[in-house]
Amino acid sequence: MSSRTIAGPARGWEYVIGLEVHTELRTATKLFCGCPNAFGEEPNTSICPVCLGLPGSLPVMNAQAVDFAIRVGLALNATIQRSQFHRKNYFYPDMPKDFQISQYDVPINANGHLELPSGAVIGIERAHLEEDTGKLVHRGGGGRIESAEYSLIDYNRSGVPLLEIVSAPDIRDPEEAKEYVAELRSILVAVGASDGRMEEGSLRVDANVSVRPVGETQMRTRVEIKNLNSLRSLTRALEFEGRRQVQLYEDGEAMLQQTRFWDEARAVTGALRLKEEANDYRYFPEPDLPPVAPDPLVIEARRSELPEFLSTRRAQLADVLPELSRDLRETVITDECWPYLRAALDANITPHRAVARCANELVALLDEIGALSPSRFVEVLALEDEGKLGASQVKVLLREACLDPLAIPELVAKLGFTASDADAVKAMVAEVVASCTQEWSRYLAGDEKVAGFLLGQVMRRYGRQISGSDARQALTRLAEEARAESS
Amino acid sequence: MTYRIDQADVAHIAKLARLSLSDDEIDSYQNSLSRILEVIDVMNSEDLSGFAPMDHPLETVNLLREDLVVPGLDRAEVLEAAPSAEDNYFRVPRILGSS
Ligand SMILES: [Zn+2]
Repeated sequence: MSSRTIAGPARGWEYVIGLEVHTELRTATKLFCGCPNAFGEEPNTSICPVCLGLPGSLPVMNAQAVDFAIRVGLALNATIQRSQFHRKNYFYPDMPKDFQISQYDVPINANGHLELPSGAVIGIERAHLEEDTGKLVHRGGGGRIESAEYSLIDYNRSGVPLLEIVSAPDIRDPEEAKEYVAELRSILVAVGASDGRMEEGSLRVDANVSVRPVGETQMRTRVEIKNLNSLRSLTRALEFEGRRQVQLYEDGEAMLQQTRFWDEARAVTGALRLKEEANDYRYFPEPDLPPVAPDPLVIEARRSELPEFLSTRRAQLADVLPELSRDLRETVITDECWPYLRAALDANITPHRAVARCANELVALLDEIGALSPSRFVEVLALEDEGKLGASQVKVLLREACLDPLAIPELVAKLGFTASDADAVKAMVAEVVASCTQEWSRYLAGDEKVAGFLLGQVMRRYGRQISGSDARQALTRLAEEARAESS
Repeated sequence: MTYRIDQADVAHIAKLARLSLSDDEIDSYQNSLSRILEVIDVMNSEDLSGFAPMDHPLETVNLLREDLVVPGLDRAEVLEAAPSAEDNYFRVPRILGSS
């Protein structure tokens, strides 16, 4: 794994970042009632006595939400445990009961971790179930809460199931924070728990951030930043806040523990001017909900159903191509690309060629993939591997294989690529290099700069008949063969 | 008589619960809350080391429902019953600052 340079907020300073990711679970109904869990509906069309907090109504836990929580917990390597619900008491118009049902000291998932593409491992302290709040629309005063004349409420979102995933303060810079959220999102989508749409609010991030001089081990006063609705907002807000905090310390000012919000338009974090009652939530056990104690057999069944995660694909690639660059690796392990690459590797296609064809040709064709199945993709690559087709022919053939469901050998015939084309190109190149013995032996000895000269000679003689990329491929192949013979 | 809770705490709890209490009411709640705390002291004085802590008074666990949609309430009827509504939303006074 490649190591990454950590970027501090200023020379000699480092970030300490922990993230709280709230993800809306993709259930059909809300957490405690049978109202539809839908996005973008007409306001207040998905409401009932439970999610309106009407007196006498009683919550009943959604089995699917528990199931999603278990899947996510397993994917995050967490301990799944008997858990309990609490009431978090506060007054705010988006919470009609005047308390939020959440999990407090005994969450369903505890003590997990997430490995990032960089190889860094971020601790997961907990991932607990709770209900979402309604949505506020502020009227007057430019639609801002602090200047509004009054507010409107849509309770469609009230009671929608959320899983709040809390990381340990293990994240060391804004780029790593972004990587963490992106990796977490891919896992949430892979297990089916979330649609991953940050812009629709399916994934909402709060960041706890502090700074400290490099080498210091204690945590300093942290600030919580809310309203981070995109990966871009997340990194920008963290960068701004890091610089702001360093400046305060360097100016000898007091650092206040406070909640700030990210103002995307002005690109600053600002203090929330709420009259805070110093977080006195008076948590107490929710008497209307008995504990949730997942059956160990169910947990094992869910474990066996876990999909393949990006981390698994990274590990598989590291086995066959340990030197692969991170960019190439991340391009080919996506859900769209991976089935093709896996099929090619399983068919013993040369790994670096399989990766190159996926990252270059296949990725460009994904939008028009049509009739190009992984097995047809492998058939084409096998022809190239056997030296029957040149690189530029492969490119044309792959595109054709998307559009035309004809069998690959028939497509080859239709395009007029005779199987001997590649052999013919090789023969032409061999003929030319045979007349440049000195340059040829320098090239064989590893002098890559001579390749240009040799190819120039080939193209001067045969440029009307063959393409430069096919000539280059033939040259590489000839050299491989010559080296194999001499060793 | 000494109370287990002082008047400032009673006033704080009332404020958190959005209750406005008269001085007489604060006296009365100070008295009744103190008695509740005394009962809890009695319970705490028992040796319960042989018992596992309970996370719920009932022994039932996993009271779950299937993830199936059931019809909710009619919006017009609900908003009709609300103190104030506008454009199919509930309407509330300004949240921050004085109104
Ligand atoms: Zn409902």
